[in-house]
Amino acid sequence: MDQMEQIKTIFFQECDELLADLEEGLLALQAGQGDSDTINAVFRAVHSVKGGAGAFGFDPLVKFAHVFETALDAMRSGSLDAEPETVKVMLRASDVLADHLSAAKGEGSVDDARTSAAAAELEALTAGPTAEGSAAQGGSDADEWGFRPVQINLDISEAPVADDWRLTIRPTAAMYAKGNDAALMLRELARLGEIEAALDTFSLPDFDALEPEISYLVWTVRLSGEIDEAEIRDVFDFVGDDCPIELTRGAPAFGPSPEPVVDILALIAQSQTPVSEAVINPASGPQSSLSQADDPAKENTKSVAPGATIRVDLERVDKLIDLVGELVINQAMISQRVAESGLARSSNVAIGLDELEQLTREIQDSVMAIRAQPVKSVFQRMPRLVREIAASTGKQVRLVTEGEGTEVDKTVIERLSDPITHMLRNAIDHGLESPDERIAAGKSAEGTVRLAALHRSGRIVIEVSDDGKGINRKRVRETAVNKGLISPDANLTDEEIDNLIFLPGFSTAAAISNISGRGVGMDVVKRSIQGLGGRISISSQPGQGSCFTLSLPLTLAVLDGMVVTAGNHTLVAPLTAIVETLQPRAEDIRPLGPRGYVLAVRGAHVPIIDIGVALGWRENPINPAESVILLVESEVGGRAALVVDAIQGQRQVVIKSLELNYQRVDAIAAATILGDGRVALILDVDAVIALPYRDPIAFPPLAQAS
Amino acid sequence: MTTKTILTVDDSRMMREMLLMVLQGAGFNVIQAEDGVEGLGALENANPDVIITDINMPRLDGFGFIEGVRKQDRHRAVPILVLSTEGDIEKKNRARAAGATGWIVKPFNAEKLVEAVRRVSA
Repeated sequence: MDQMEQIKTIFFQECDELLADLEEGLLALQAGQGDSDTINAVFRAVHSVKGGAGAFGFDPLVKFAHVFETALDAMRSGSLDAEPETVKVMLRASDVLADHLSAAKGEGSVDDARTSAAAAELEALTAGPTAEGSAAQGGSDADEWGFRPVQINLDISEAPVADDWRLTIRPTAAMYAKGNDAALMLRELARLGEIEAALDTFSLPDFDALEPEISYLVWTVRLSGEIDEAEIRDVFDFVGDDCPIELTRGAPAFGPSPEPVVDILALIAQSQTPVSEAVINPASGPQSSLSQADDPAKENTKSVAPGATIRVDLERVDKLIDLVGELVINQAMISQRVAESGLARSSNVAIGLDELEQLTREIQDSVMAIRAQPVKSVFQRMPRLVREIAASTGKQVRLVTEGEGTEVDKTVIERLSDPITHMLRNAIDHGLESPDERIAAGKSAEGTVRLAALHRSGRIVIEVSDDGKGINRKRVRETAVNKGLISPDANLTDEEIDNLIFLPGFSTAAAISNISGRGVGMDVVKRSIQGLGGRISISSQPGQGSCFTLSLPLTLAVLDGMVVTAGNHTLVAPLTAIVETLQPRAEDIRPLGPRGYVLAVRGAHVPIIDIGVALGWRENPINPAESVILLVESEVGGRAALVVDAIQGQRQVVIKSLELNYQRVDAIAAATILGDGRVALILDVDAVIALPYRDPIAFPPLAQAS
Repeated sequence: MTTKTILTVDDSRMMREMLLMVLQGAGFNVIQAEDGVEGLGALENANPDVIITDINMPRLDGFGFIEGVRKQDRHRAVPILVLSTEGDIEKKNRARAAGATGWIVKPFNAEKLVEAVRRVSA
């Protein structure tokens, strides 16, 4: 059932949102910022999860959600205080609930012991477990929809009993006022067995005296068949006192049998407007006509916009982005053709094209904005992680998040989760001290880890900082020397030492815990971030903490690049990596070793890399003095001078994945199609700097290693 | 027979989608609202033949919504079915006092739901 699968998908999406709300609410309560609205929202989140889960038969989930809900209900009604300990239990329960949801999605399994423990904790909160009640409705008879049977007050089923029932129904005005109708009851009764109904119009006054809103009519009904009393009572279950009934068994009730016997079914069939109107019009009360008459408006109100947002399949947005990408390329091609045709810049065509270019760019920006999402969705998964790491390391951690509303492209968001997870693990496991050590160092026992997001010069920056002990530079240095990553006499700045932890094969943990890294070093994190066109760096203050800074492009779909020529190839260098471009003076180029050169730029020396040689397009480097140099900066702050033949221009290019269309190529991040239809490769600047150069002397060890 | 219009009021998108699927499949027009406030807003322009509402909703819950509906002359006789995971007597009584016509327990059975809607809207 395709549609059902769709709804299931919606359910899971919704559950993710609800879980986020739940956690957010609980955290607010824990911080003492919650009010009754917060408690209500938290309750509703669990309630909705339970309600939806029931529809799909996720019984363990429903069962746990019910226990959770019961505890929250107690909090809502005020019989349970939102004390920190209580909220802690609920936070753990929300983690278990999340596990159940994942299990329902088919991702991962549920720890039964943990579930029962959490359930027991919840039940303990409300002093004495509450009955399982509505949550545990039998799960046996799901039908082909996956739905479970309804319990509806109008519902009926068969059970064996003999003899006729006699029933007097006295609907009150209150019943009609709620949109109910005696006809409904009669119809329900007719489904139970054979029915004879008589209308008693005895109390009906003269027309003049008739109050249209008062109920005057009484029905007497004889029901025959195998009918249980409860089934009849069920029909009137919901209307209750609004429609008193007298129910007797067997022989005719007291008094004379009412004379007019009406075939109730025929009567109902006869008229759309129910029974009472067919019998006597003025007494029909308000029930039928109001809801059906006077609705010319109905036709044009088929739907009401539910709010200012819509949900769109990501696939459709991706398709749109792809198309806009093609549009940009196409537009660039036309511009180029027009330029080649020799039309003047002032010609109408050229002016029109300029406008088109402007528009295309705007369309592209707008489409990108559709995919932009706040990083909140990633951030809100982190409190749980921090709780778990804190619990397993025995450290006390407070997580502070900032800038959750910062928006970034969805594809970037999806890939933020792993690095952030890793950095948080690292910060808590390596950065923070144990409570005893902290107190000894004059700090509070509870360490603080800050997770922040912000926009900076067209990129998104994620910072993970802690107030722990900072990087032990001496040990980092020793480790790096021991592992042969740097030479023992290398002269490194503090910053360079800090960044050694990103080198492949580096791990500072004396004993490798399964928390930080899970066997994976920071180099893997770094590589995955570089894969996204990002940079990562660390700064540290001994005794005061460390700060990881991660910067990523806002989108992975387009790139502002500089189009250059190197060794007869056209390349695109990401503008974000370029510090400046220059034509070097001969005296600034100094030889280093037999084949290497460095460039003197404002007092500093940076290695010169000939792109054509580095990529294997030519054997011998061109004379740097006759070339153009792109001064680029890698993510650790290491600089290099890339030698190219010429600069063609600067433009925005649409990124086409090489891996998807071809295969991964060293030092190349992706490809693009230029305005003239040629394919150009996009340079991975960091990778170029890291490429093994033929002559190792040409590079200082650090730059090579980064 | 003209197409009947049903207003569904539920804060869960999944529930709304599910109701939409079931009710549209049964040939009804469906209007959706996300909570009581929106439900009352929808009633300013629409005259549904039946209203199906949840109880637990933000801003304005089902009880408040039903009361609000019954206060309007135009809608005071429209059948209102409550669709809720809860089913205890106290809640039912409260719903009835507010003016609800019937009570359906979630999770619901699609056929029975349609049947119930047809019944109250006949």
